[in-house]
Amino acid sequence: MATSSSPGEWVLLSYRLPREPSGPRTTLWRRLRRLGVVQIADGVVALPADARTREQLEWLAGDVTEAGGTAGTWVARPGTLAQERDLAAAMSAARAAEYRSLSGECAAAVAAGDPAERARALRRLRAEWRAIDRRDFFPPAEREEAAAALRELGASVAAGAEVAR
Amino acid sequence: MRWATRAGVHIDRAACAWLIRRFLDPDAAFVFVADPTEVPVDATPFDMRGVDLGHHGGDCSFETILRRYELTDPVLWRLAEIVHEADLDDQRFDAPEAPGLDVVLRGLSMTGDDERTLAVSGPVFDGLYEFHRRRLLLGREPA
Repeated sequence: MATSSSPGEWVLLSYRLPREPSGPRTTLWRRLRRLGVVQIADGVVALPADARTREQLEWLAGDVTEAGGTAGTWVARPGTLAQERDLAAAMSAARAAEYRSLSGECAAAVAAGDPAERARALRRLRAEWRAIDRRDFFPPAEREEAAAALRELGASVAAGAEVAR
Repeated sequence: MRWATRAGVHIDRAACAWLIRRFLDPDAAFVFVADPTEVPVDATPFDMRGVDLGHHGGDCSFETILRRYELTDPVLWRLAEIVHEADLDDQRFDAPEAPGLDVVLRGLSMTGDDERTLAVSGPVFDGLYEFHRRRLLLGREPA
């Protein structure tokens, strides 16, 4: 999308939620974070539009309405390519930080002595990788580094199982 | 009876359609619409924003249908955990089947129309149901 000559379609969620109770705000915030949205303004977030992202933001709009707020979803094109590149860069940088943290945890787990501990870390970090990958629309270089760190941890767990046998 | 849902069915809608046909309405006919305003007046809408049989309070539509129709079969509730994780991926349940099932359903939606997705996924849900029914009866993994 970012490489084509005209900006692509984005799906936007605009929402207003009462300040109290804070429960629905926290839940919404957590769900938005899981989807990897980019914040455009107060109460406006965006994702590149496809069938899945449109559906996900529509459900969140429904949640906001049920919690006594107002919300809407929109399909829009950034006015300029530069504006789209800024959004993509912000999303890519956010994922890069998550992948970097994952790489660090993989290295720490490889260095840890206890094989059972390492195997547990591997399961947790693989799930974490899938979660980041799912919300990664503009993969940064850190993605491959995290994948490599995860493979290394996987190999060390498999080698540990070999030795134990 | 007629039932309506959004076109381009993925895991939640495919599972709901299977659930409806197997447990609620053997003669169910499904209508796929692009917009909520296209739902025929005589059809019951599901898995669409703003309808009763949709996502509510963190539940996916499959779970909502189980609640609304008071289906308490524990095997169905186990399938609900899989559908929930495949659809919402929020780590609420431990459902290792979910990511694979989600990919299979998304692939089906790329290679055929909604009728075909339901036709192909129906026997898959039958199999999942039978597997988990036996697991529940045995108390361990069936052969």
